[in-house]
Amino acid sequence: MGGSKDAKGGRSKAKAGDDKARGSTNERIVSMAEAVVKQIEAADNPSLDVPLRTLSNVEFNTKKRIIELGSSRASRPFFDLGNAKRFMQTMLMSSELLKLQEQQKTASIRDMFYHCKHTIEGAKEETFNDQSESDPVIEDIEVSIGALREELRVFANPAGAMVGPMTIRDTGDEITLNRMGSGGWAVPSIVEPHVIQFLQCKAKFILLIEKAAIWMRFNEDRFWEKHKCMIVHGGGQPPRGVRRLCHRMVNELKLPIYVLVDNDPWGYYIYSVVKQGSINLAYESMRMAIPSARFIGMSSYDAAEFNISPSVFLRLNDKDIQRAKEIRNYPWFAARPWQREINHMLKLGVKLELEALSNKDFSFIADTYVPQKLKKKKWLD
Amino acid sequence: MRVRPVLGGMVWRSQAVAFRDSHGLPATPLDRATLHYEWLPVLGCTRTMSKQMTLDFASAKAQKAKSADAPPTSKNRNDDVMPPDKPTRSRNGSSGKNEKSVAEKMASQQREISISEFFAKNRHLLGFDNKRKSLLTTVKEAVDNSLDACEEARILPKLHVEVTQTGEETFRVLIRDNGPGIVKAQIPNIFGKLLYGSKFHRLKMCRGQQGIGISAAGMYGLITTGKPIRVISRTKRNKAHLYEIAIDTKKNRPDIMLDQEVEVDWPHGTEVVIDLVATYNRGRQSIDEYLEQTAIANPHAEISFVSPTGEHVMFPQASKELPEETREIKPHPHGIELGVLMKMLKETESSQVGAFLQREFSRVSPTVCRTVCEAAKITQRTWVKQIDSHGAERIFKAFQKARIMAPSTDCLAPIGGRQILAGLLKGLKAEFYTATSRSPTVYRGNPFQVEVGLAYGGDLPGDQGARLIRFANRVPLLYQQSHCAVYKSVLDSNWRSYGVPQSNGALPQGPLVIMVHFASVWVPFTSESKEAIADYDEIRKEVGLAVRECARKLQIFIRRRKRTDREGERRSAFLRYIPEVASALQAITGADRNRVMDQLTEIARLRTELADRELDEDGQIIKKRVRKDQLDDEHTVIVERDPADSKSDLFEPEDNRIIKRGVKSPRAGRKTKKTARSRKGR
Repeated sequence: MGGSKDAKGGRSKAKAGDDKARGSTNERIVSMAEAVVKQIEAADNPSLDVPLRTLSNVEFNTKKRIIELGSSRASRPFFDLGNAKRFMQTMLMSSELLKLQEQQKTASIRDMFYHCKHTIEGAKEETFNDQSESDPVIEDIEVSIGALREELRVFANPAGAMVGPMTIRDTGDEITLNRMGSGGWAVPSIVEPHVIQFLQCKAKFILLIEKAAIWMRFNEDRFWEKHKCMIVHGGGQPPRGVRRLCHRMVNELKLPIYVLVDNDPWGYYIYSVVKQGSINLAYESMRMAIPSARFIGMSSYDAAEFNISPSVFLRLNDKDIQRAKEIRNYPWFAARPWQREINHMLKLGVKLELEALSNKDFSFIADTYVPQKLKKKKWLD
Repeated sequence: MRVRPVLGGMVWRSQAVAFRDSHGLPATPLDRATLHYEWLPVLGCTRTMSKQMTLDFASAKAQKAKSADAPPTSKNRNDDVMPPDKPTRSRNGSSGKNEKSVAEKMASQQREISISEFFAKNRHLLGFDNKRKSLLTTVKEAVDNSLDACEEARILPKLHVEVTQTGEETFRVLIRDNGPGIVKAQIPNIFGKLLYGSKFHRLKMCRGQQGIGISAAGMYGLITTGKPIRVISRTKRNKAHLYEIAIDTKKNRPDIMLDQEVEVDWPHGTEVVIDLVATYNRGRQSIDEYLEQTAIANPHAEISFVSPTGEHVMFPQASKELPEETREIKPHPHGIELGVLMKMLKETESSQVGAFLQREFSRVSPTVCRTVCEAAKITQRTWVKQIDSHGAERIFKAFQKARIMAPSTDCLAPIGGRQILAGLLKGLKAEFYTATSRSPTVYRGNPFQVEVGLAYGGDLPGDQGARLIRFANRVPLLYQQSHCAVYKSVLDSNWRSYGVPQSNGALPQGPLVIMVHFASVWVPFTSESKEAIADYDEIRKEVGLAVRECARKLQIFIRRRKRTDREGERRSAFLRYIPEVASALQAITGADRNRVMDQLTEIARLRTELADRELDEDGQIIKKRVRKDQLDDEHTVIVERDPADSKSDLFEPEDNRIIKRGVKSPRAGRKTKKTARSRKGR
């Protein structure tokens, strides 16, 4: 079992940064708007500069081993047919976010969508047609004023649960995480230090599991008790709350983290998001990505290693193969063991779900598979 | 039909005669062109029957005329080809034992049929196929006659058409014009005799051609309702006369039921009342459509219409200019048929071939005459009477080979670009109007001219195929569109390349009206009911060229409008969002909302105007002047209308104005802006 001490970065430092940012969120929204007013006064085309959130503007920082946002910024001028509506939406969203700050409330991004949605006066057009329009606008504002979503007091739908030998305080309530029953403690969206504080931790590592169903197996078998660890799941692609919480636990409690995902390209990618950050949220990699995360499984070599019956294999479909080839080219998968791993999967032409291990025994995954891999240190970094 | 008092009626006496529209077919061999006819002297004057007889019936069986007042003349030169008295086999004859008795039996059943009788039975040939069409044909014949009469008398036509329902299926059609009126003695013949008219015997551009129309309508009315046609006519300085005329179909002559002087409150003109069995529907191929289109093609006419439902529709006069008076021309050698040539030979007053050729045909110079005679192996001094059918055939063939100048074209009176515009502006609420008038050309020796008008956008329905309206000598053609050369030409033009969508084998799609006018001294209709123009290469080509000329102007307009639409969309998008942005900025910074709005609106105006001025659709900077010139011609009018939702009313709310480019006035000769049609009501 690995409890190595490779995590760095003190809690105090992160906290200080957060405090500073939080204090100025309102001011930053106001100053952005004031700049726009100034441009209008000067009869200029008012525009917003928004850092680009595309693959072309993210860089893999090999030193820090995280994905970082590049320096490209997109200008969003109002008097440009392609940008006019987005500009209007951004201004509208900004003013509503400011109200949220002033009222000291938090709202979901869906709340914000409904809050800002209305029919434009004198037209048959809506300010926002659906949430897929408002979400990127919120992200735009986050990036352009350099504020975190939590600082803007908005959150996405929470997902994910955690149990393990640990005590925390959540908005003042003390919670013992080894007494959470079968459902576990639901990880909230905002897990910043002012909401969640770590009180006591007996865990030696974190096991982040892709799927809730498999996490249930581990919880039922009280894996966390036997192995003194925290088990977390993110319901597929882990949401910000889960990633941020893991990041904090790794950094503040100095716990190693192991990631358990399906053996398919999407599983690899989930691991990479946990480890390096995602392209879309590259601006938050600093406080999300966990470069020390380890890939515990499933590997394309495990089928042979654990004698898994070929009848539970699934064939890779065209989409899988295409995706595998794509991620093979990402710089953060450039390391030799990863190239071998991906190529081997492509060579076999099959994928394997975590549930496939139940073919041997219901608890094979918790009793045999993970412990054995941990013991033999059969992980990828 | 308005008439000149010098015409002949006639009785057919033919043996299984098949003769057709001489223009619908290539030159016919001798046996097909064999006619047998006898002339009934009417008003003491015998005249040639037909230069271009357009009848198409296959097996009219007839025997010698019994009419006492119609002694047969013995001028028939074609006896050698097919003797007129040769008995034909009767189809319903019984199989008798004795040849002779059968023949005699048959002979007892064989008798003359008059032309009226023939058409009474075959009324579909004249456009009385069904009740609905009968009503239209009746109105159409009367209106055509009235317009022809007015124009010939150089009077600006004012027509009143009234259709009232008198019973479940009976209607009364009343048409009154302000024409010259008809001489009392002529009224019965015109309205009570088929094939009696002034227009058949001359090559002149006018609406009527055969002298069948109005009397056929009267006959139809009589057959279906038993009521005679009622005519009141008044010539200048005379009292008005009222006639009630029934047509005697057996004898093809009028029965006068009532003849009296009446008082009317109009100075001159004619009023015709016909009772008939019909049905009235609106929409396509209705009286309403016919009158609407007539108004478009006749902007100089004023037509008022009272429909059976009691609505009063007024088509006002849009121009004070009468069509130019047309000249009558002689037939051109290239447009003649052998049968017609033989008839002309028979009836000419010239005694020698040389004089005959030069006098009776247009463009036959002495040189041409010599060449033709040489080719026909006769001399110019040959007596006309000596030319037999073989000689005629030789002359006919020589005609075809000879190089002869095209006929003069001053016999045509086109509507003219300006007048077409005036008509379109009067009848259609579109945005873009253009018209073109081709110069005259010739098909088979007949001069003709094609004119095209286009209207686009505005209130025209955009979700269906374009509307094609066809005219022949200013008469709307409502039926048999797909058989018409005009339709085929419009179809053949590649509309997609002019920015108008078109699926294969269909009319273009969009808010488009295509108007095509075909003017000729002889319109080659495909049938007597005058519904479709025959498909001659020359006609199709001319129509195609004219249509494409208009389509090119339309293309420029469409392209330009797309650009301004886009610009307007840009502007209106900005304008839409400005209040939202201003509110948000006020909420955040406390800046004054109205002030911010004003400033943003000003910037929007500056920015979109800049784009208006500098950029064309490819984003290239182009000079305004160059662009403007393209539609700056005398035959194009653009009426600016507000788009349906009037999005951009922040700017210039009173933007409904007409821009006329180069057109002094579509109403020629008058400087007026009344043609501007702005829809402020919307």
